[in-house]
Amino acid sequence: MEGLDLGALFLQFLILWFLAIGGPSTIFPDIHRYVVEAHHLLTGEQFAEIYTVAQVAPGPNAMYVTLIGWYLAGWKGVVATTIPLLVPATTLTMFVGHLNERYPDAPIFRAIRRGLMPITIGLVFASAMILMRTVNHDWRGYLITLVTVAVVLRKPWNPLWLFAGGALAGILGFV
Amino acid sequence: MSDQTLEQQKLLTTSVTPLQLFVAFSRISLSSFGGAIFWARRELIERQRWLTERDFLEIYTLGQLLPGPNVLNLTVMVGYRFAGWSGAASAVAGFLGWPCLVVVGMGILYQNYGQLPYVQQALGGMSSVAAGLLLATVIKLAAVLPRHFRPWLFGALAFIGVGVMRWPLLWVMAALAPWAVFATWKYE
Repeated sequence: MEGLDLGALFLQFLILWFLAIGGPSTIFPDIHRYVVEAHHLLTGEQFAEIYTVAQVAPGPNAMYVTLIGWYLAGWKGVVATTIPLLVPATTLTMFVGHLNERYPDAPIFRAIRRGLMPITIGLVFASAMILMRTVNHDWRGYLITLVTVAVVLRKPWNPLWLFAGGALAGILGFV
Repeated sequence: MSDQTLEQQKLLTTSVTPLQLFVAFSRISLSSFGGAIFWARRELIERQRWLTERDFLEIYTLGQLLPGPNVLNLTVMVGYRFAGWSGAASAVAGFLGWPCLVVVGMGILYQNYGQLPYVQQALGGMSSVAAGLLLATVIKLAAVLPRHFRPWLFGALAFIGVGVMRWPLLWVMAALAPWAVFATWKYE
């Protein structure tokens, strides 16, 4: 690891998050490039490990940047990598949210909301398909996914039970 | 999941305090295994009944146009809608505060126990469930689309562009979004 410049890391992450239109996955390659390839702050294996842990942890998947900060510099690192994630949401989004609440009937907001809704659905569907293909290696994985869909659509049970079931199926060697 | 359920959905919003927002978004983020959108939808629409499916989808759509995690943008806008600036701040504190601590805790646990085979196997099973939750969410959300060819066409094009062709999201949005907004503006 070369000398770690937390200020530079903070600035770089800040710029990247402002570019993250469409969600965190759009800047994932750039974060990887900065942390692993350009500055050798982490190895590729460490980066992959951090990413996996953050996927499993509760909370938004983007929290892997928090864990990068923790690995690099403890709590100071957490601050340096997590605050940038918050800045666009607390400035730009607040502003747009404010305008949207204030002028809910403005034709432009109405057209944006109504017109883009189906695109949002298409995108979430695409994410679901990509995730399903990534995590399921054979028919047994797909079966668990489909049973989950059926249960969620038909029963009001808390899906945390489904996670417990999935974990158990994994431990018993089903997946 | 018919049009009827949408119209019937009764909202229970009299007033929502910043504390209620903090608690609701804490619960969303602490249950959010494998993506937050499923849990946000469940809490805000089904449990608290603060939003209808359509409200949720509209706010989420705006959030997707703005930079940063989509559900975080939704958090800010929902907090602001119900309790102004302090509502937004409380919702964000609930949504991001806990995961910060938890993810670090899990990082430490993983460094110690991550190589155990049982842990890997359990994670495998849980990921399959997470994929199912996301799929169920989109099926429920799609029920609000009008029964008309145009929205379904745009939805299908977005899915094909990102999910099948694997083109970058920004290009797909740049190609489809102006067209979709214009068509809605003109014909609705």
